[in-house]
Amino acid sequence: MELSKSVRQFLLETGDIARFMGRFFHQLIKPRNEYAEFFRQCYVIGYNSLALVGLTGFIMGLVLTLQLRPSLLRYGVESQLPAMVGIAIVREIGPVITALIFAGKIGSSIGAEIGSMKVTEQIDAMEVSGTNPFKYLVVTRVLAATFMLPVLVLLSDAISLYGSWLGINIKGVTSFDLFFSQVFNNLAFGDVLPAFIKTFFFGFAVGIIGCYKGYYSNKGTEGVGRSANSAVVVSSVLVFIIDLVVVQITDLMGLN
Amino acid sequence: MDTGMKQAGVRKQVAETAVIRIRDLNISFGGNHVLRDFNLVLTKGESVVVLGKSGSGKSVLIKCIVGLLLPDSGSIEVFGSEITELNDEELDHIRVKIGFLFQSNALYDSMTVRENLEFPLRRRWINVEQDEINQMVMEALTNVGLENTVDMMPAELSGGMRKRIALARTLILKPEIILYDEPTSGLDPVTGREISDLIVEIQKKYNTSSLIISHEMNTVRRTANRIVILIDGKCYADGTFEELSASTDKEIQPFFSK
Ligand SMILES: Nc1ncnc2c1ncn2[C@@H]1O[C@H](COP(=O)(O)OP(=O)(O)OP(=O)(O)O)[C@@H](O)[C@H]1O
Ligand SMILES: [Mg+2]
Repeated sequence: MELSKSVRQFLLETGDIARFMGRFFHQLIKPRNEYAEFFRQCYVIGYNSLALVGLTGFIMGLVLTLQLRPSLLRYGVESQLPAMVGIAIVREIGPVITALIFAGKIGSSIGAEIGSMKVTEQIDAMEVSGTNPFKYLVVTRVLAATFMLPVLVLLSDAISLYGSWLGINIKGVTSFDLFFSQVFNNLAFGDVLPAFIKTFFFGFAVGIIGCYKGYYSNKGTEGVGRSANSAVVVSSVLVFIIDLVVVQITDLMGLN
Repeated sequence: MDTGMKQAGVRKQVAETAVIRIRDLNISFGGNHVLRDFNLVLTKGESVVVLGKSGSGKSVLIKCIVGLLLPDSGSIEVFGSEITELNDEELDHIRVKIGFLFQSNALYDSMTVRENLEFPLRRRWINVEQDEINQMVMEALTNVGLENTVDMMPAELSGGMRKRIALARTLILKPEIILYDEPTSGLDPVTGREISDLIVEIQKKYNTSSLIISHEMNTVRRTANRIVILIDGKCYADGTFEELSASTDKEIQPFFSK
């Protein structure tokens, strides 16, 4: 009984999210594009996550290197360290970790912001002042999240690799040039492109879930908190699901 | 209730031009039937106060008028257009002429007072000079006596100040119809009186039509040309302040007794 209820709840919510996405694409092509608000959101979303993404990226690169080193040493392939770390970071760890940080930081702030605008009637106020709130609030934020996450991931990858180079230099000496040529010689087009493309989907997922949760926020401040919270949870899970789907698709396309 | 009184009111309305005409409005949320066959006419230059208990559907009523809520059935004509049948663009043309003061003020938290007031201006008129906007913002703030808050955030203001800023934002476009949802609740009697006077002044100066939701009898007395009492989703009584306050009806009396 309990189970069937939660399954039902899950299916209903999935349907609602799908409808919300449909509405997004429908509104996307309708006139009056909010360019100014879009660029402002790009700045806010990108800039606000910059420090956090940089820090986590750096630590990931460093730690990964330090932890892989003993194993590689045991098999005598220590020289392959840059290649291994490079592949791990660019293909998987960079995009996923950054997307999760992004979900925590941006997904929750979008959910809380739109949720509180909803419960205090600010969205209604926009609507009566000649502004389509869906275009002004939702479309701009979803697009900004979609385009900013890939930029953040590139940045995070670069910082991670730098952290990794420092990690290698703790126990040994490798020049920066050698390290980077080793990393890039081992990265094929098929490694980089799918990894880059999936970040757009991650960004979209974080943006749309944040907006959806905020837009259908329950009345009261508790409802706003809950929206922010479930925005993070749902978009984090979605990041993993998208990751799984992308890996299957690239596999089928022979890109692995 | 006294039907003679109601008839007189109705006859008077028909002679003048109606800006809002609501017929047989029904709206429900789930099993909660809020408005049942509700009727109301607001004529040009008239000021009508809607009285009703908390939760009786007053806010729902005015949200239907601007198309924020869609009724289940019935007709709402504003300036002769049927609100429920308009597309977004047409609805927007009507909304330009309507000012709406939200019960919760609905000030944009992330914007300063100035940006809050500029928002409707900029959204309505794309190419408007900054000088002109500044002038209108200051004029609107002077009206509510809050010129010095122009660069503050809504969170830094008191509840009463927020109400007045919201009022300034409502009035800035000089709308032809203004819907006030509790304009003086939470204000001290002196400010409440100033706001009531401002409402009357604006009504006289621009010949605006207003629909005012209020519980404050001082505000009601000052602003109402006519009072409508909403009970059980219906228009229970309709008359002037003098007529209704003298009524002996058990349902009407409590609204006017101190
Ligand atoms: N969006 C909504 N969804 C569901 N129910 C609603 C919604 N808006 C209002 N209601 C219900 O409609 C009824 C009337 O609400 P409304 O806000 O119009 O009351 P009100 O007369 O303005 O009261 P108050 O004087 O307290 O502001 C309430 O029972 C409320 O629960
Ligand atoms: Mg109300």
